[in-house]
Amino acid sequence: MNPKISVKNLHLHYGDFHALKGVSIEIRPCRVTAIIGPSGCGKSTFLRCLNRMNDTIEGVKTEGLITIDGEEILHTGADLIRLRKKVGMVFQRPNPFPLSIFENVAFGPKLHGVSGPKKGGRAPSLEEIVEKSLRAVNLWDELKDLLKDSALRLSLEQQQRLCIARLLAVNPEVLLMDEPCSALDPVATLRIEELIHEMKKDYTIVIVTHNMQQAARISGETAYFYLGELIEFGRTDRIFTSPEKKETEDYITGRFG
Amino acid sequence: MIRINPRITEKLAFAFLFFSTLLILVPVFLILVLIFKDGLPALSWEFLASYPRLGMRAGGIFPALLGTVYLAAGTLVFSLPIGILGAIYLSEYAKDHGFKRVVEVAIINLAGVPSVVYGLFGLGLFVIFLKFGASLLAGSLTLGIMSLPVIITSTREALGTVPKSFREVSLALGATKWQTIRRAVLPNALPGILTGTILALSRAAGETAPILFTVAAFYLPKLPQSIFDQAMALPYHLYVISTQVPNVKLSIQYGTALVLILLVLAMNIVAIVIRARFRKRKLW
Repeated sequence: MNPKISVKNLHLHYGDFHALKGVSIEIRPCRVTAIIGPSGCGKSTFLRCLNRMNDTIEGVKTEGLITIDGEEILHTGADLIRLRKKVGMVFQRPNPFPLSIFENVAFGPKLHGVSGPKKGGRAPSLEEIVEKSLRAVNLWDELKDLLKDSALRLSLEQQQRLCIARLLAVNPEVLLMDEPCSALDPVATLRIEELIHEMKKDYTIVIVTHNMQQAARISGETAYFYLGELIEFGRTDRIFTSPEKKETEDYITGRFG
Repeated sequence: MIRINPRITEKLAFAFLFFSTLLILVPVFLILVLIFKDGLPALSWEFLASYPRLGMRAGGIFPALLGTVYLAAGTLVFSLPIGILGAIYLSEYAKDHGFKRVVEVAIINLAGVPSVVYGLFGLGLFVIFLKFGASLLAGSLTLGIMSLPVIITSTREALGTVPKSFREVSLALGATKWQTIRRAVLPNALPGILTGTILALSRAAGETAPILFTVAAFYLPKLPQSIFDQAMALPYHLYVISTQVPNVKLSIQYGTALVLILLVLAMNIVAIVIRARFRKRKLW
C-alpha cells in the first residue's frame, strides 16, 4: 500500500534551535498513527509541518521532503489553502469561535464558497454539510435544536467534538490531532477515542499524545520522538511489547519522560 | 532613627493613599457642580435649537452644536478607515523590524504633538497649501490626523486581545490571512475598536486649538452648506462668548459649557456601555 504521507530527512530550525533532526517516516492511509515522546521532543512541531502551520511562526526554517499523495508540500509555491483543506488540524484546547454552533461548523465551508462533493450534480447546501459533520461526531442528536446557541456554552468534550465537526465540514483527508484530549476528563477522553476509532476508516489520522495508554488503545502505528529525532517507528503492539531501541523501552516503561 | 510602630505607619499610609485618591475626585466634582449650577437654568430646547441673537448675548447655540457634530462626523470619516487599516497592517502583516519600528515611533510622536501645533499644521497644509480654505474639510482632516494615534493604538490593543487560537484555527481550515482577519479576528476586536474610536472622537469634539485656524468661525448667520464652508463649533464658541464678547450672561456661557460636557460625557458613556456588554459576552 502506498503511504499517504511520506517524510524524508526533515530538518527544522527555530532560529538557532535544531528542533527536528532528519526525521523520515511513512504514514499509511486510513490508519491512526500515534506520535509519543517527552515534552519538547518535537512531536507537535513535526505535526505542524504536515499542514505547514509552522509557517505562521517567524524564524522557522524547514528542509527536507514531505509528500502527501505524492505531492511535495514544502516548496515555496505549494498551495497552502488546498493543503490545509486536505490536511486538517485539531488543537490541544477545544477552540470554538464565539459564534453559534451552526456558524462554527459553517465557518470552513463559507470560506471556500460551500463546495462539497457533488451528489447527482447538486452540491450539498450549508445546512446539509453542517448536519452531516455534526452527525459524524455524534453531536447532531443532542444539538440539532440548539444550533443557534453559542458554542461556548457547550461542555469541553462537546466543544472538542464541535471542533472536529468544523474540520470535517471542509472534507479533509488527513486529520492531525495535537493532544486532543489533554483538556478533557478521563470519561470524555474515552469517548473522543471511540470517535477517533470510528473515523479512521475514512481518514488518515496522526495524533500526538502524552498518554501512552491512549497511544496503545487507538493507534495502529506508533512513532517515538526524542530530542527532535525519530527514535523508533513501527506497529503499536510491537513498539509496546518488544521495542528495538533501549530509549523507547525506557520511555514506555516509564523510566523517564 | 526612631522606629514607629508598624500599626501606625500602616494607618498613616492608608490615610495618605486614600486622601490622594479623594483629591483626584475633587476637581471632577467641582467642575460638574459649577457648570451644572450655572448652566442648567440656561438649558432648554430653545437654547439648543435656536441661533445666537443680539451679538451672541442671547438666543441659542444651534449652529455651534451642529458644527461640532459635523466635525466629529468628518473626523470619523477620515481617521477611522486609515486608522483601522493601518493598525491591521502593523499588527497582523508587518514583520518586526525596520519599517514597522519607524511607523510605531511616528505614531508615538504623533500622539505627543500639542494640539495647537496640529492647528498650525492644518492651517499650513489644508487651508493654505491645498487651498481648502478655512472649512469643515480642513478642520475634519486636522482633527482626523490628531485622532489617528488613539484609534491605531486602541485598534492594535483590540486585535491583540483576540486569542491566537482563532487565527490558527482559521488558517488551519484553509483560510487566507485576509479571510482570517476579516472573519475570525475583526468581529471579535470590533467592540474594542469602537470604544477607542468613540473616545478619540469625544476628545476631538472638545478640542479648540486644532479648529481655531482651520474651520471655526466667530459668528455665522447661516449654517454651512458644503464641506468647503466655515462652521461654528462649540469649544470655540465657548471661548468667544467667554472672552471676546463683552457682557454675555453667565448662564449662556455655562449653558454652552454644559452642552459641550454632556456631549463628550454621552460619547464616553456609549463607549463604556459597549465595553461592558462585550466583557459580559466574552467567555474565552
